[in-house]
Amino acid sequence: MVKRYRDRTAVDGLDLEVARGECFGLLGPNGAGKTTTLRLLLGLTWPSAGSISVLGLPVPENARIARRRVGVVPQADNLDPDFTVEENLEVYARYFGLEPAAVHERIHALLKFAELEERLHSPIRELSGGTKRRLTLVRALVQDPDLVILDEPTTGLDPHARQHLWNRLEELRAAGRTLILSTHYMEEAERLCDRVAVMDHGRIQAQGTPRALVEQFLPRYVLEIREPVARRELLDAGRCRIEEIGALTLVYSNEREYLAALIDHLGISRYLERPSNLEDCFLHLTGRGLRE
Amino acid sequence: MMRPICWMPSRGSGAVWMRNFLVWRKLLVPSLIANFGEPLLYLLAFGYGFGHFVKTMDHLPYLVFLASGIVCSSAMNAASFEALYSAYTRMEMQKTWEAILSAPLEPADVIFGEVSWAATKGLINALAIVVVGFVLQLWSGLTALWVFPVIFLMGFAFAAIAMIMTVLARSYDFFVYYMILLLTPLLLISGVFFPLSALPAPVVFVARLLPLTHAIELIRPLLTGRVPHAVFEHVAVLVAYGLAGYGIATAIAYRRLRT
Repeated sequence: MVKRYRDRTAVDGLDLEVARGECFGLLGPNGAGKTTTLRLLLGLTWPSAGSISVLGLPVPENARIARRRVGVVPQADNLDPDFTVEENLEVYARYFGLEPAAVHERIHALLKFAELEERLHSPIRELSGGTKRRLTLVRALVQDPDLVILDEPTTGLDPHARQHLWNRLEELRAAGRTLILSTHYMEEAERLCDRVAVMDHGRIQAQGTPRALVEQFLPRYVLEIREPVARRELLDAGRCRIEEIGALTLVYSNEREYLAALIDHLGISRYLERPSNLEDCFLHLTGRGLRE
Repeated sequence: MMRPICWMPSRGSGAVWMRNFLVWRKLLVPSLIANFGEPLLYLLAFGYGFGHFVKTMDHLPYLVFLASGIVCSSAMNAASFEALYSAYTRMEMQKTWEAILSAPLEPADVIFGEVSWAATKGLINALAIVVVGFVLQLWSGLTALWVFPVIFLMGFAFAAIAMIMTVLARSYDFFVYYMILLLTPLLLISGVFFPLSALPAPVVFVARLLPLTHAIELIRPLLTGRVPHAVFEHVAVLVAYGLAGYGIATAIAYRRLRT
């Protein structure tokens, strides 16, 4: 699919398939087109070209029907500040044609799931950022959706709140719901996602399981050197790959022994040797330049 | 790919109306005090004070003439205010519309629900004055009860026009111009405080093109026990404003909210 705005192309020929029951991560720097992609899936905007199918329904033509079975956790909280925690869920259920009496049990089960039973009557303004996110998550579940779409669900949360939300998402995945989430936290993607796609400039740059993606693009180990070294000292054709980010030098290699020998050889003290990860891969694929 | 607009509101618009009603119910007591208090002050000050010098206006006791006009102007003001400031707050500040629109609702549902709610607010405000009028024995007979559907209709028309401003607006500043440059002159030339016959012909011509005059020409006779003239014409003008406002606001809402 393609989405063009007057002055730019937000999504530029994206081709993607997500299986039922899968947790799929859409990774990309800010402005890569992640949010536009998610809006297209929901039928909140019309594609300039291409076709989209959500839960077997053509979107945007049948978006209204599709959205009955999709829960949404938006990037910025849009809980209703005029209501309490419980009322938020009741009012939201009504948008799906569900009367509060019919969803009473369900709402209480959801609040328990998110550990919010104590906050039943709290006004929204008294909730912390993490609590608001949890409430937004269970609000997305109030109509018992088959698919949940989450746009950067943990951006701005502290580590505790993030872990808590991750646990809830893992439970949802275990219960067989399909999850599609956008994120720029690689740790989040590695922990939650069965499959990820790295997106940049409106296109998919690469996709696969987090592990396979790292293996496909990078050697197994990396040595982060945090002090200046002469580049020519490192050159050892075929046994390593070097990337430099400012004062940081990354030396990739499949051979741990080689990296160990290199540490001795250079006599460096400020370094870290570790397995290469999704973050390295992400930076490799999307370029290391600073973006807005 | 052309994006079709869904014009017909669905049942979901009822959920939007209900959401606003539930919020209003939370603040029931203070808002009712305001609803009764403000028009009562106007009626007492102008009706008794001014009415001391001006005994009758257009063959009605001045207090009756004024009160029946204020029923209309307060419905207009309340419906407009709700569709401008309150709706804009829900759209831009609170992102309530954004949350609603990711449920199975379309912009048409939100606009219809909001405009209907604003009309309801207008009705509630006008109702307060109608009740005060009954207590003060200003109205004659039960034909007065017919004013409620008419008030809802005029509230809908004003809310729908105001909604066009709301979906166009980039900030609250926009609404000050609308209130001062459009609604206030309208209030002064539509027969709230004095009959149209006092105005020069060109002004009367303009007043007849605008909705408030038609609302007053229906509501004032109904409250004072007379049968309004040209009922069909007045109702048609109000319906036309309501439909046109709703249609234009919905079309602009799609452009703003579904890009």
